[in-house]
Amino acid sequence: MLLALAATAIVALALLSDLVVPRMEERWRRLRARRKKVPELFYDPGRERRAEQRARALLRSCVSEEEWAMYRDLGFIRVWGTQADGPGDRGGTGGAPYAYLIYPHRPIVAYLAQTHRLLGEYCVEFPDETRPYGSARLPDSDDALAKWMALTADERRLITTANMHLPGRQLDPDQVKRDLWRLSQWERRRMRGAGEGAAGPRPRSAR
Amino acid sequence: MKPGHGELLIAEGDIDVADDEERLVEVFRRQLDEGLWAAVPLKAPRGRRDAVMVRSFEEIPRDAERVIFFPRAAGGR
Repeated sequence: MLLALAATAIVALALLSDLVVPRMEERWRRLRARRKKVPELFYDPGRERRAEQRARALLRSCVSEEEWAMYRDLGFIRVWGTQADGPGDRGGTGGAPYAYLIYPHRPIVAYLAQTHRLLGEYCVEFPDETRPYGSARLPDSDDALAKWMALTADERRLITTANMHLPGRQLDPDQVKRDLWRLSQWERRRMRGAGEGAAGPRPRSAR
Repeated sequence: MKPGHGELLIAEGDIDVADDEERLVEVFRRQLDEGLWAAVPLKAPRGRRDAVMVRSFEEIPRDAERVIFFPRAAGGR
């Protein structure tokens, strides 16, 4: 009798183990996964802010005083195009001067300087797949600087690397035109300021 | 340039000192082997600035103050 009960218990345990053991293993695995120290890959706003400060300092040290002031005040940098027939292979500008607006982490926009007609959006990224600090994305100002260096050093190479799209795919054309208007106003103010600076301080009127 | 960090000093030295130059060449090659692009910011006349991309250590202007490495460009979305 006792032997029969023991045999039944063993069989029951063996059958139950099929159900229980996988669940226990799963729980154990989850517990270990929760306790496991994961490398710091989470978003740290303080670290990102410090990175951006360093990037701004680097950008400032590389671009001209005017370009730095433009970026600081307007949030983008204008770079003049140097190709005789405009950027890329589409159409051409017929020799008309053109330029690019560099926005951080947004497409580069090409436009005709005189008419402000938008020529195209050039989507380019500088991904660092090693993700040294958990992200593949450069700080904003580093992204702007990378575009600026690549564009001023080898415009054709960057433009052929980029994915070209018609204006309006990512950036609102009205917003870009407003930015161009802001840029013209900003330049006018700077020229006025430079003129006043060159004339020296105004003499006080004698009474 | 590094995501999440910004500027990182990789190496510095005087190219007129043989040991320094050797070390700088080695670091330069390693960065390019890792797939980075290298650029030298330049001061042009009348306050203008631009940059030159360099593909070998010999292409770096002798009076360059620094070389900036950054991830290679790729077509974005």
